[in-house]
Amino acid sequence: MNVIDTARPPERAASRTATFKPSLLLSEHHHLCPGCGEPVAIRLILEVIQELELTQNNICILGHGCYGSFIMQMDVDSTLCLHGRGPAVATGMKRIRPQTAIWTLQGDGDMTSEGLAEIMHAAARGENVTCFMLNNGVFGDTGGQMTASSVIGQRTKNTLEGRDAAYHGNPIKLAEIVASMDGAAYVARGSVHNAASINATRKLIRKAFQRPMEGQGLALMEILTMCPTGWFVPPGEGAEYMMESLGKVYGLGELKDVAAAASPEDAGV
Amino acid sequence: MSGMRLLDGSEAIVEAAIMAGLRFYAGYPIAPATELLEYMAEKLPSVGGVCVNADTEIEAVNMALGAAQVGARAATGSCGQGLALKQEAIAEAALNETPLVVFNMARNQQDYFQATRGGGWGDYHTVTYAPKDLHEAVELTHVAFHVADKYRVPVIFMGDNLLARTQMGTSLPVPELEKLPAKDWALDGTMGGTGASRWIWTFGGGKANRPGVGPDGYWRQIAEKFQRIARDEMRHEQCFCEDAETVVVAFGSAGKFVEHVVRELRKEGMKIGFFRPITLWPFPADALDAATRDAKNILVFELNAGQMIDDVRLSVEGRRRIAAIGGVSFDDSGLNLGPLLDADIIRERILAQLSGQPLRQLPYTGMGAYL
Ligand SMILES: Cc1ncc(C[n+]2csc(CCOP(=O)(O)OP(=O)(O)O)c2C)c(N)n1
Ligand code: SF4
Ligand SMILES: [Mg+2]
Repeated sequence: MNVIDTARPPERAASRTATFKPSLLLSEHHHLCPGCGEPVAIRLILEVIQELELTQNNICILGHGCYGSFIMQMDVDSTLCLHGRGPAVATGMKRIRPQTAIWTLQGDGDMTSEGLAEIMHAAARGENVTCFMLNNGVFGDTGGQMTASSVIGQRTKNTLEGRDAAYHGNPIKLAEIVASMDGAAYVARGSVHNAASINATRKLIRKAFQRPMEGQGLALMEILTMCPTGWFVPPGEGAEYMMESLGKVYGLGELKDVAAAASPEDAGV
Repeated sequence: MSGMRLLDGSEAIVEAAIMAGLRFYAGYPIAPATELLEYMAEKLPSVGGVCVNADTEIEAVNMALGAAQVGARAATGSCGQGLALKQEAIAEAALNETPLVVFNMARNQQDYFQATRGGGWGDYHTVTYAPKDLHEAVELTHVAFHVADKYRVPVIFMGDNLLARTQMGTSLPVPELEKLPAKDWALDGTMGGTGASRWIWTFGGGKANRPGVGPDGYWRQIAEKFQRIARDEMRHEQCFCEDAETVVVAFGSAGKFVEHVVRELRKEGMKIGFFRPITLWPFPADALDAATRDAKNILVFELNAGQMIDDVRLSVEGRRRIAAIGGVSFDDSGLNLGPLLDADIIRERILAQLSGQPLRQLPYTGMGAYL
């Protein structure tokens, strides 16, 4: 794996590879880095919102992380709340507007580090909301420091020699914990490292919106997203790096679906 | 609702809040705010409202923020330590313009700084109402929700143990307040895909198609709003100040006791007056300045080591002699207003201060009930 030599200018300049934008984005520009996985995940979420005809029946609560700047890009009613508190804000909204799809957009730092209490208790209460965690194993926004989800051996700005369990502690597999909780209706982990994983993740996202709307409880949808900047690898190598590091610890697929046999989609495919 | 009912302060506040339209409350137990949570849990469901037993004060206040942002009248409540945990979210509400009422049933009067100076980031103030008793509390509960909605700001309602747990007869009157416009800013989830979707966030930046004035412009507008609130929402009460040589300043439950002593001393012929800020922020500085223009002495009675006295000094700009005659004062529960809150002792301290005698130190109350 290459490590970027910051003393030299980058060899390859970033180039835009796709100009098509989903209609729920107000602009085709964003301020995230080349090779970032977050815009891909957000785009998937917005497309599913349209597919499920929730466009005019949803509110997004964004946490603090690079994805937060999408509050300006997404054409859905939204608020940017305090770091980590999204599931609490979502609870207040859902209890007042039970018919509206309420969803949080959080990162691993936002949800697993700062906001662990909020997601756990919202899951325990079985709030009918959808919580997304874009997991890149770092605080991307603040420049690539260790979060509760950084994996053992991962180099970050404050684990320069790699995360050492004895010194820095162990990562928290939040999705696995939430899946064990009674109030959680749906827990899955997707990824956006290649076309196949993107297509698979889209299906998981659908169910993550459907279960809470059916009143079955909370959905936690984790999505592994590339953060080449925070990992100090070239943009083009983010996907490979991710599957060799986070991908080895955080297995993809459904961890829990209370309605596994209940929906035709599950029964059919 | 007609007819008199004998209610404790907590129940009266909850009844008034629901009559004012409160539909969402989230709290975490702490004396003396626990009864608010219990009454809310009992009463809100019957009007279609929700009371959530939150797992931390931080969670509680953020839930209330969410409920308020989708248009409900929402509140949370706690006391000192819990208020400290809520400060980050109170600042957030001030800066992202979410109307929110925070009941702080304080331990004693030591939360004056915490309420009026704020504990969060950014340029903001927290409108703070300090009722002297249950009757005023009922009125100010309505006012608190009204002002929160009118200006889209957080409001702290500052009660105490005496207010929370003392019973009084009340008919729960509803004050006349101007009608407010519909909350067209609230998120209802219906504006997606139209190009007109709504947003709420502390940087004020809008959407890509309506980027707004930017944080600098937005925060200047917020600062101007707080200036307007300071001008229009200040409340105070005063008596006998016109010819007073001495004016005693006190707030909340303690204010009611001090007023009683001042009235007695007046009857005895002393030229003494009384001044009580009802809004701790905005502090009624000009009114206090005017009320004390000819006074030689300003005595400040508050049950803490000296917090409001800073605002008193700022109000009269050091032009008059100011002395603290209150002090730290608790009983062994750590909740009550303590031994200083006694009409005879207040009288003794006013007279001692005016005649140049040292204030008598009361013995420590000790931990009797725990032994
Ligand atoms: C209370 C608080 N502490 C710290 C921050 C600083 N902060 C902003 S974004 C961020 C990182 C968030 O990491 P994550 O949720 O993983 O998002 P990413 O940037 O990796 O997408 C932090 C720590 C903050 N905004 N608020
Ligand atoms: S720092 Fe990481 S998460 Fe943030 S925009 Fe850049 S690549 Fe994406
Ligand atoms: Mg992250």
